[in-house]
Amino acid sequence: MSASAQPVPHHYTSTGLDSRKIAIWAFIGSECMLFISLISTYLIYKGRSLVGPFPHEVWTDPSTGHVFRPILNIPVTSASTFTLLMSSLFMVLALAAVQNKEIPKHTRGDRILGSSKLWLWATAIAGATFLGFQAFEFTSFVHEGLTIRRNLFGSSFFTLTGFHGAHVTAGVIWLLTLLSIDYRRGLGPKDALNVDIAALYWHFVDVVWIAIFTLVYLLR
Amino acid sequence: MATTAAPARPTIHPTYEPGKSGVWAWLTTVDHKRIGMLYLMTALSFFVVGGIEAVIIRIQLQAPNQHVVSAEFYNQLFTMHGTTMIFLVIMPLSAAFFNFLIPLQIGARDVAFPRLNAFSYWVYLFGGLFITLPIFFQVAPNGGWFGYAPLTTRPYSPGINIDFWVMGLQILGISSLAAAFNFITTIINLRAPGMTLMRMPMFTWMSFVVQFLLILAFPVITIALVFLLFDRFFGTQFYEVAAGADPLLWQHLFWIFGHPEVYILVLPAFGLVSEVLPTYSRKPLFGYPVMVYSGILIGVLGFGVWAHHMFAVGMGAIADSFFALATMLIGIPTGVKIFNWMATMAQGSIRFTTSMKFAIGLVALFTIGGISGVMHSSPPADLQQTDSYFIVAHFHYVLFGGSIMGIFAGIYHYVPKMTGRLMDEKLGNWHFWLTFIGMNLTFFPMHFAGMLGMPRRIYTYDSGQGWDTFNLMSSIGSYILVVASVIFFHNFFRSRKRGEIAGPNPWHAGTLEWSLPSPVPEYNFATVPTVTSRYPLWEGSEVDLESARINSQEGKTAADLGIILPYPTIKPLIVAAGIIVMFTGLITTKVLVFLGAAIIVGSLYSWLLSPLEPEHH
Amino acid sequence: MDHDTVHSDPAVMTAHAHAEEHHHPQWGTYKWVALVLFVITVAEVWAYYIPSFVASRAFVPTLLTLSGAKFAIVVMFYMHLKYDHKLFRVLFTGPLLIAATLLMALLFLFGQVVANFGPSGPPHGTPPP
Repeated sequence: MSASAQPVPHHYTSTGLDSRKIAIWAFIGSECMLFISLISTYLIYKGRSLVGPFPHEVWTDPSTGHVFRPILNIPVTSASTFTLLMSSLFMVLALAAVQNKEIPKHTRGDRILGSSKLWLWATAIAGATFLGFQAFEFTSFVHEGLTIRRNLFGSSFFTLTGFHGAHVTAGVIWLLTLLSIDYRRGLGPKDALNVDIAALYWHFVDVVWIAIFTLVYLLR
Repeated sequence: MATTAAPARPTIHPTYEPGKSGVWAWLTTVDHKRIGMLYLMTALSFFVVGGIEAVIIRIQLQAPNQHVVSAEFYNQLFTMHGTTMIFLVIMPLSAAFFNFLIPLQIGARDVAFPRLNAFSYWVYLFGGLFITLPIFFQVAPNGGWFGYAPLTTRPYSPGINIDFWVMGLQILGISSLAAAFNFITTIINLRAPGMTLMRMPMFTWMSFVVQFLLILAFPVITIALVFLLFDRFFGTQFYEVAAGADPLLWQHLFWIFGHPEVYILVLPAFGLVSEVLPTYSRKPLFGYPVMVYSGILIGVLGFGVWAHHMFAVGMGAIADSFFALATMLIGIPTGVKIFNWMATMAQGSIRFTTSMKFAIGLVALFTIGGISGVMHSSPPADLQQTDSYFIVAHFHYVLFGGSIMGIFAGIYHYVPKMTGRLMDEKLGNWHFWLTFIGMNLTFFPMHFAGMLGMPRRIYTYDSGQGWDTFNLMSSIGSYILVVASVIFFHNFFRSRKRGEIAGPNPWHAGTLEWSLPSPVPEYNFATVPTVTSRYPLWEGSEVDLESARINSQEGKTAADLGIILPYPTIKPLIVAAGIIVMFTGLITTKVLVFLGAAIIVGSLYSWLLSPLEPEHH
Repeated sequence: MDHDTVHSDPAVMTAHAHAEEHHHPQWGTYKWVALVLFVITVAEVWAYYIPSFVASRAFVPTLLTLSGAKFAIVVMFYMHLKYDHKLFRVLFTGPLLIAATLLMALLFLFGQVVANFGPSGPPHGTPPP
């Protein structure tokens, strides 16, 4: 008659969800505040630099007469934005491939779609390509006279995009780690949560770039 | 049905497996109870450090025109007193309770991420040492605990003092953030069956709100500090007024963090009081749902009031009015809590234990601090009060009279659960009264000194301004606090060996942690309880009480019960050490930066790729 | 989020969890999502090169709306917030709202709203009043 507490499984949870997924969403919420502080500062200082180069306008240095053209390169950045956007698609496919690993594939198309290694590579390479674009952009800006210490624009721009780039870099390393596990022992449905968490991080980094692309590059 | 016979004389059974004591066991522990104990001991040590800094300040200010310390060293003293008390004492004391108590209150075996939990502690310890050791070489941070730029930029603060401050706070921020993710997940996901959110104990609820404040506020100060770090090391222009920077950027970013921070400092103490008052009134907390909602409201509104720290900078009438109104508004949920505590005690059967006295002390003293706080909320009035000792009085009433008193209430209440032994009530009585008298004698006169125009952060003052007597009173009060603290420490350490045996529930309290033996076995609950009420031990159904009976039995180890526990591991400590090495490298030699980074990456990989616990079907 | 009943069977609990995320989008959906994102990006960049549009008052709101849409689409579909347990929606939108409000507040406090949308546009390089 004694209604003993029923035996509860070792991994009992109140929600039925995995703790790591809850943690990554809380982390993403926190990162919203991190990036909004950087973005706010950029927008606060927009238009307030005393010397150029400027993002969207020409500036002539009064002491040397040198003319600095608007420094942002929309076509190039559009290409890098597109690359990062595509990488999110690749990531989604990588996760689906891992989740569906044990489902038999009958067509070539299915096998291609179902290759976790392919899509993880695609994501990592797209991410690395984005970083390549960033590196190119940063070095050309420095070459044209915009350094991180040059003016408010330089400080806030490089810090904001630098932080974003650091996040992308960490993501690429994460993806390469998943790839090495895939090569070593294979990734299957039991790894789906780990890949899902990496995916959520990756998509968030993409989403931050969506905000940066509009607020920094497109809005004048 | 067999009932377990109550033991004739409760004794303390060894609850950890053999080989689980000793330094290595503590260095590798991932047990939330041990981590809580580590936080407690470290925080109490820093309390002594911060207290000594305060006493030296008070010796210096005891009379006019003294030169016990130089003006420069005085700057280091008040900066470190504030920084220590906020980041190295109150927050970690709260963390000690988050760690020890939350899993026990919700019926869990540990937190969601035990190794991350250990990591948070080691980062705190190393970061605390990093930011504290400089004062022994007279290069301590000296820009105030709030470090306003441009004062803290390289042109105005050329030495390494501020570098220690910037990096120390970044390091400590990592500790708090990691812990916050851990506890958010734990509270959401590891509650025992039947424990809905609205059945959680109030301490857990207030802590839950605090974790959200942490994850939302700390990123903002992280960025503010990054900007300062970059300005100081890389020549960026974030706070360079000559380059067009806004001198208010630092202040806004800092206080967007700083105001939620003060609720981070006080809400856990509120939670502890909400556990203590009902227990010693033998009545459930009055208005539980309202207490929950007001806590949440304080947390949310806390993000909307930050510029009340900036009423004197000239933000304009619209901004001033908005923040004034928001600040007045936040007084409402806070006041509601005070009334609910009073209603809890009313017509209760009160036992004036030391813990209860401290809890009642919080209710009284925090109210005083709240009243002066409301006075600051009017911008025109605040123009006179700001940067005067009137403010110093206010925040010490809410932080000492509030947070510290609440934490002491929690210590006397929960130490028996941690160690198995009660603290001495007579010594506790001395501690309480000397603290109460000392605290009021120290801080009440500051209201008057402030109103008479005594500014903050001055290392000495001329006589004849009407400040002398008040300063003398404050200094004497601080010496009384020293005596009170000595008595507390004596009591604390003495009772670990010689205190009266506590048993599972010496206070006849109602929540889950009191169903367990004292000290708590390594696995916490022999069987995970099922919960049907807010006070399972008072109002619980037969199911609650039955699992309580099972869980209160002593003498079983995890192996006996077939409970799987996580592996102890040194890796969290190594990663934490790597972080310190890396930051130290930024001030000393760049080689250390790479070495630190390598240590972090290497041990992090090792940690993440090794299993938390042994395999089981 | 009240799970009062005790699930003693792990299989039941896992099934329950998966039931919450009942429908995972497949390649078909992802294909369309990617296309929509691509089209919106093209539209944004296209708009940037129309001087009369850029000069108009509709420029900023339009761009914000377009990028807001991309943001929401990635979050809802790629991060499958649309399909997952409601808890994650709360964990994300709470901080997002606070962040957005903070941004607006800071822009007002630093005079950027008045400066950029007030009576006359900002001359570049002018220090604040």
